[in-house]
Amino acid sequence: MEKSEIKAFIAKRCAKELKDGDVVNLGIGLPTMIPAYLPEGVELIIHAELGIVSAGATPKEGDANYDPYHVIDAGGGVASVAYGGGFIDSATNFGLIRGGHVDACFLGALEVDAQGNLANWIIPGKRMPGMGGAMDLCVGARNCIVCMEHTAKGNPKIFEKCRLPLTASHCVNKIITEMCVLEVTDKGLLMTEINPEFTVDDVKAATAAPITVAENLKSMLD
Amino acid sequence: MAKKPVLTAAEAAKMIPEGATILCGGFLACGQARAIVKELVKLGTKNLTLVANDMARQTGPMGEEYFGIAELIHNHQVKRIIATHVGMTPEVGQQNAEGTLEVNLIPQGSLAECVRAGGAGLGGVLTPVGVDTLIEQSPLCLGKQTIDGKEYLLMKPIRGDFALLGTYKCDEYGNCWYKGTMRNFNTVMATAADTVIAECEYIVPVGEIEPENIHTYGMCVDYIVEGERK
Repeated sequence: MEKSEIKAFIAKRCAKELKDGDVVNLGIGLPTMIPAYLPEGVELIIHAELGIVSAGATPKEGDANYDPYHVIDAGGGVASVAYGGGFIDSATNFGLIRGGHVDACFLGALEVDAQGNLANWIIPGKRMPGMGGAMDLCVGARNCIVCMEHTAKGNPKIFEKCRLPLTASHCVNKIITEMCVLEVTDKGLLMTEINPEFTVDDVKAATAAPITVAENLKSMLD
Repeated sequence: MAKKPVLTAAEAAKMIPEGATILCGGFLACGQARAIVKELVKLGTKNLTLVANDMARQTGPMGEEYFGIAELIHNHQVKRIIATHVGMTPEVGQQNAEGTLEVNLIPQGSLAECVRAGGAGLGGVLTPVGVDTLIEQSPLCLGKQTIDGKEYLLMKPIRGDFALLGTYKCDEYGNCWYKGTMRNFNTVMATAADTVIAECEYIVPVGEIEPENIHTYGMCVDYIVEGERK
């Protein structure tokens, strides 16, 4: 698969996790592609860190709601509020996050491990962009779903134990990649679905943590 | 209720001394007192501590160079920041590596709540966010507590000498209304500083903002500045 195809494939699979009316926070990059693949009849309430519940489609220059100085997203791009949505302040907004009012957050990872620990905010000595709202989301969202390419330049990103400083511990419920779907259980990683382009051995070779294969392993394409 | 004094951005900036701690509302400079910040840059006031979600943007929405407090960083006027995300301002990382800028990163919800606590008379915040992470070693973290079997970090309240608010409409009593995503950290910051300056795009007569729609109450605001209209 081409890089763009991989991202679309993962986003499409992530969309299947959602049901009508879910309150969802989407991290930057790949997660923002998820709404394009929602099944018919599924409408989301998109929660945005900057204080929009719910966020609407990205306006284009010339649109009536195009307002780059007053309505933006957490990446600095122009944003909008959906019909029926509203704006809130950061303290209230993060109260909603920590308080379990967000059904799911989808975000990328530098590393994720078999205990559901996630690292995605700092590479000591190299990059320290900061955690922004990621720590709050990982702890507070009811479901924390990591969506990412299975490896980085051929190297594993899924470990038995994260090596980088954590964003949050024991927070990840599910990992969705172009190779498979992994559920984080008390006994480690359980592979419930596989992309038929790959074998179980391919997945195991690309993962630096033990994987248990579910008895009724399904195809990601079903 | 007395009308609040209206200052120029330059007059407001002159009130802020070297070494001051400033709570800066705004998220990527949306909802930031950018006119006052521009004047602070002209004055060159040094050794500032900035508390803000981020250090704004090196490039603004329309290609503006140094948009918001990013220019204070660029101009080496800042000695310490408390923020959540500095990915859009690489100079923060550079100055930190050079040892000239202290950087304290804390989670976004913790920043909001620590400032809220600072303005609400609370002695701290207990949050599960940051447990098992580097936040446990932050100077803003006072330790861990277990309540009903769950671990929490005790985070210090945050207050400032000044708060600079970036509002849309401000009436003559200092009541503020924010447009779109401008509200962000402004409403909590308005409560947590000794001197609060509200920069707005429009000063409006009292009553224009409906009582139900006042986001920051005039009682919290000391001075009003009319900035640039966007």
